[in-house]
Amino acid sequence: MPDGAQAVLDVRGLQTVFKVRGGEVHAVNDVSFDLKAGELLGVVGESGSGKSVTMMSLLGLLPSPPADIRQGRVTFEGKDLLQVDPATLRDVRGGRIGFVFQDPMTSLNPVFTVGYQIMEPLRSHMNLSKSAARDRAQELLELVGIPSARARLDDYPHQFSGGMRQRVMIAIALACDPKVLIADEPTTALDVTIQAQIIELMKDLRDKLGMAVIWITHDLGVIAGIADRVMVMYGGQVVEQAPVKELFGNPKHPYTQALLTTIPKLSEERARRLTVIEGQPPILGEAPSACSFRDRCPRAIPICARRNPPRFEFGDRHDAACFVAAEVSDAG
Amino acid sequence: MLTYIIRRLLISIPALLLIAFVIFMLLELAPGDPMASMPLTIPAEVKQQMREALGLGEPWWVRFPLWLKQFFIVEPAYWIDSAFGTDLAGGQQRIISFQSRSPVFDTIAERMPQTLWVVGMSYVVGVAIALPVGIISAYRQYSVFDQAGTFVSMIGFSVPPFFSGVLLIVIFSVSLGWLPSIYDTTHSVTDWDSFVFQLRQMVMPVMVLALQTTAQISRYMRAAMLDNLGQDYVRTARAKGMSERIVVLKHVLRNSMIPVITVIALGIPSIFGGAIITEQIFKVNGLGQLLIIALQGNDIPMVMTLTFLFAVLIVMFNLIADVLYGVFDPRIRYD
Repeated sequence: MPDGAQAVLDVRGLQTVFKVRGGEVHAVNDVSFDLKAGELLGVVGESGSGKSVTMMSLLGLLPSPPADIRQGRVTFEGKDLLQVDPATLRDVRGGRIGFVFQDPMTSLNPVFTVGYQIMEPLRSHMNLSKSAARDRAQELLELVGIPSARARLDDYPHQFSGGMRQRVMIAIALACDPKVLIADEPTTALDVTIQAQIIELMKDLRDKLGMAVIWITHDLGVIAGIADRVMVMYGGQVVEQAPVKELFGNPKHPYTQALLTTIPKLSEERARRLTVIEGQPPILGEAPSACSFRDRCPRAIPICARRNPPRFEFGDRHDAACFVAAEVSDAG
Repeated sequence: MLTYIIRRLLISIPALLLIAFVIFMLLELAPGDPMASMPLTIPAEVKQQMREALGLGEPWWVRFPLWLKQFFIVEPAYWIDSAFGTDLAGGQQRIISFQSRSPVFDTIAERMPQTLWVVGMSYVVGVAIALPVGIISAYRQYSVFDQAGTFVSMIGFSVPPFFSGVLLIVIFSVSLGWLPSIYDTTHSVTDWDSFVFQLRQMVMPVMVLALQTTAQISRYMRAAMLDNLGQDYVRTARAKGMSERIVVLKHVLRNSMIPVITVIALGIPSIFGGAIITEQIFKVNGLGQLLIIALQGNDIPMVMTLTFLFAVLIVMFNLIADVLYGVFDPRIRYD
């Protein structure tokens, strides 16, 4: 959509390590990407591929210890979020960058009213008075489609259904007109009809408010419907990124290709079993020195075991980290 | 909520009657004779007459209803009479102690202030120390502070007051001579100096008892905080840009207090039970000491009345704890 627009968020060489008993887990390895204004970036990958950890690292939301952000630069509004002081970081969190989490059943505080929880960021980031914050909270609930919003401000989270709670979470994330919204599997915990509603809502809001969105999911169907650009993660690395049509039409990385074949199609004969990618995603005890997908890759060549592939360019804003796709010979 | 409270109060009536009956029968079936401490020179038939004079000649089905009547009708009547100058009691027989031959409730009223001062204050001090210790221990789990807190709690749990009390006396009264080892009950606070004296004589018993309270409550507080610190809503609060202070002391603490408040409320009846051993060590003549003396002297009316009062308090504070639970946790509704 907004090609060539200014990047609002620029991440370079991010590396996050968890210290665990008897060693380390390298959850995010040299991840770089950017996000243009108004763009919806889909991030896909299996569980444990480092999607959520990457996004939480950006805002320092991982408990430390055990998490340790070793390297990287996260440029947002001219500042490196990994270096700023805690007060500035707090202003960015909830103020300039909103966050929606996966499980709406547990993400709201059970002992405070929904209204209070929406008003909290309004009062601390925008210094609104109590009544102004209340009016704004009502507006937000209406925006995310909660009926009789005024009355529901005084309700507690347990009085809302799962879908309604996720709408409340979205309202909280949108409270201070953020430039970027990070949605971490916002529909995974919801049933399918509610999922569709939330996806529609997010599309609407993105168009209405013009913010950039990072949408983390492992549901490729969702991504195909809403994303402008897609980033595929595997083993804590970005293995491929491309505009959404390009990615679905011309996937370069064997992992992306495999992922696409796992989507069940209604038109196919019933007898076919679901396609799976054999094997397990890796848990990395150290920074990868070889392609982390090679054990599950049908097209692996000897060099895959010797070097970790860099991201090769494949035309306009399309890159993939694969020697085979880039036709790099074994000599390298 | 109100219907719930009324229903609970109604249910507690048969429960308390059953408790009263069980206590009465236990004392009835227990060996022991109020005349045992009388001089051996008193002839057996005179002793028998003395027993009958105490009402022990009657069977239990006469004495138990009589005690119930005295406890629930006569004693409140006397209390109302003395408060409002009425004449409801009309000279009916009150519950009389076998030992002192004075009304049981008068003795209890004499002993209550000492117990409330010392044991009550130790509870307040104990809770006031325990809450911040528990919060910091959980927030800085496995830090030096947390380890130290765990160690002190372990001491509080495992060292009995008959050891820690005597140890304090040896250090602060015998060696250093800073604090009095005997609690002076006759002392009355009239000016600053007498207030300071009161504080000094309270310090050691209060500390011995507060150590136990702190050990217990701080563990509960720590566990409750740890339970909540890992919850998703904490991450949400941080993602909203709330400061650590608000995240911990508002979002997490509010949730963690729910179980802790229950524990604190349930512990309050034990204040009135007095601290039997600690009161003995520091010579505080409170309710705990009264109960021990009454038990030793086979003073059945005194033991019966004190024990039943504790039962009433326990039932009452159970109800209060349940109600507080509903007040602090919006998810709990009793209607």
